[in-house]
Amino acid sequence: MTTLLEVDNLSKQFRGLRAVSNVSFSVPEGAIVALIGPNGAGKTTTFNLIAGVMPPNEGEVRLAGRRLTGLRPDQVCAAGVGRTFQLVKPFGDLSVEDNVLVGALHRRPRIADARRHAVQVLELLELGPKRHQIARGLTLPERKRLEVARALATEPRILLLDEVMAGLRPTETDRLVEVLRDLNRDTGMTILLIEHVMRAVMALSSRVVVLDHGVRISEGAPAEVVADPKVIEVYLGSALESGEEGSGP
Amino acid sequence: MTTLFDQLTARGRVALGLFALALLAVPFFADGYLISVITLVLWFAYVGQAWNVMMGFAGQLSLGHSLYVGLGAYASAALFVHFGVGPWAGVWLGMLAATLAGAIIGTLGFRFAIRGVHFALLTIAFAEFTRIAFDHIGWLGGSGGFFLPVGDAAGANPFDLRGSPALFYYVILALTFGALALCRRLLHSRIGYFWLAIREDQEAAQAVGIDVFRAKLIAVMISAAMTSLGGVFYAFFYNNLFPEQIFSVGRSIELILAPVIGGIGTLFGPIFGAFILTPLAELVTWGVESAGLDMPGIKQIFYGLALVAIVVYRPEGVWPWVARHLRLVHQPGDQPSHRAGDRP
Ligand SMILES: Nc1ncnc2c1ncn2[C@@H]1O[C@H](COP(=O)(O)OP(=O)(O)OP(=O)(O)O)[C@@H](O)[C@H]1O
Ligand SMILES: [Mg+2]
Repeated sequence: MTTLLEVDNLSKQFRGLRAVSNVSFSVPEGAIVALIGPNGAGKTTTFNLIAGVMPPNEGEVRLAGRRLTGLRPDQVCAAGVGRTFQLVKPFGDLSVEDNVLVGALHRRPRIADARRHAVQVLELLELGPKRHQIARGLTLPERKRLEVARALATEPRILLLDEVMAGLRPTETDRLVEVLRDLNRDTGMTILLIEHVMRAVMALSSRVVVLDHGVRISEGAPAEVVADPKVIEVYLGSALESGEEGSGP
Repeated sequence: MTTLFDQLTARGRVALGLFALALLAVPFFADGYLISVITLVLWFAYVGQAWNVMMGFAGQLSLGHSLYVGLGAYASAALFVHFGVGPWAGVWLGMLAATLAGAIIGTLGFRFAIRGVHFALLTIAFAEFTRIAFDHIGWLGGSGGFFLPVGDAAGANPFDLRGSPALFYYVILALTFGALALCRRLLHSRIGYFWLAIREDQEAAQAVGIDVFRAKLIAVMISAAMTSLGGVFYAFFYNNLFPEQIFSVGRSIELILAPVIGGIGTLFGPIFGAFILTPLAELVTWGVESAGLDMPGIKQIFYGLALVAIVVYRPEGVWPWVARHLRLVHQPGDQPSHRAGDRP
């Protein structure tokens, strides 16, 4: 498999904080790769650096060999990167269909054509029955799927999904996992996903990259990574921390 | 044109048709005073529609739209007075000047990521600079005012926009309907959807590939060009221009009241708002005067109260509420082709 996305020695500093520290990894064409790590590990920041929301302090990102770093977010989208937001950003006053239509208009300038495409994408994410609703009226799980639909409608080469399973019930998670797996299998869509829900990570990804405090501490097949002592330590650490908080005085 | 009013129910279409017919017939039954009041109403509806492109569609607040009115007015008036060129040619110069001014303000504001209130302040600043500059341009009368030769009120010379109140009335009526049709088209175009996306969430808009700088700049330029046409009309209707008045912040505020009260981002809001507000303001002024009271700022006070009432009771504007209650428009889910973003 050829490499589609390359993240090369990426670093980002916020004042004193090194949110992302010399992180490198790559995503092969047609693969599903997961980016995991405890809260504040720098996962969303890595996405933002890829998507051109902010410039990195060092390193660069390439898509199929082409340098993305330095491009604006809309140019990164045009290059073939579709992304969702962890804190969902629906176009609240527009209908569900129009939300996705806006994404589809990117590569399909004709309204009728774009609308047809938008409806197809909505069907794929099982939002068809909701398409005439105002987006702000959707439930959180629906809004997460709307994020995916809108990004997918731009017809990207790679889809960046930031915690789209968070807040979903197990059955809903399994359903979305299935949808994403079908998408990957049927269209060859490459996916890079940030996820806390390990059940989804294990089911979907062929490779997992683990970040902690901005540093890549492990990478490999899902089974390898969860057996990695460094990963276990990090996750136990955060589990202990939250446990202490819960039983605090 | 077939999709021009597809949001309206049958009842809404009938109401709109009757309304349009009534407006067309006004000069046949109304006296001079009524014609002049409705002319004013339509002027505010037209300019409000133009402002709405920027604020209601693209979400960019301008509180300096008097700048574009003034540029349109002075450009066309200068051509007419100094070179004898009529307003139908003058509008092009007016539109050019206003579009250029809009492009400069937009470039400055959007390039340096000046957003929201700060952007609004920038628009005010430009209108103010221009007012002060025009105070000192002797060729255009400076602060003493610039005057157009008053035409023959009885005749009609449409080519120089000199003539009877009915002529002016039909010109502004055509502008109002033209602006409505144009805005409707824009809203259903690719750029229109991009504007709505930017209005709703700029970051998300950018993430789906929208060049937000370009899209916002286009909104400002179209809005400015449309507004300047209102300025041309103003110059030839009133025949006198004073920088103090035409570029004033007060005028900028007055311009946005109709869409704010009618419903920002809606197509009929600016028209509806103008028809509520201007006659009421006239009525209040008339009432106060006939009661023998001397209250010079009464109109402004009335506008202020109307604004407060709207912000408190109907922040989305009066039109969406009225349209819903009188069933003039389709409700979400009524009809498969309903699109929530383009509010009628
Ligand atoms: N724009 C910003 N300015 C300053 N600090 C930031 C900014 N964005 C993120 N950070 C900080 O950088 C660190 C990494 O944040 P990031 O959002 O990338 O973590 P994450 O791995 O996505 O966490 P989570 O799982 O909670 O979403 C955090 O300490 C965060 O507070
Ligand atoms: Mg995050």
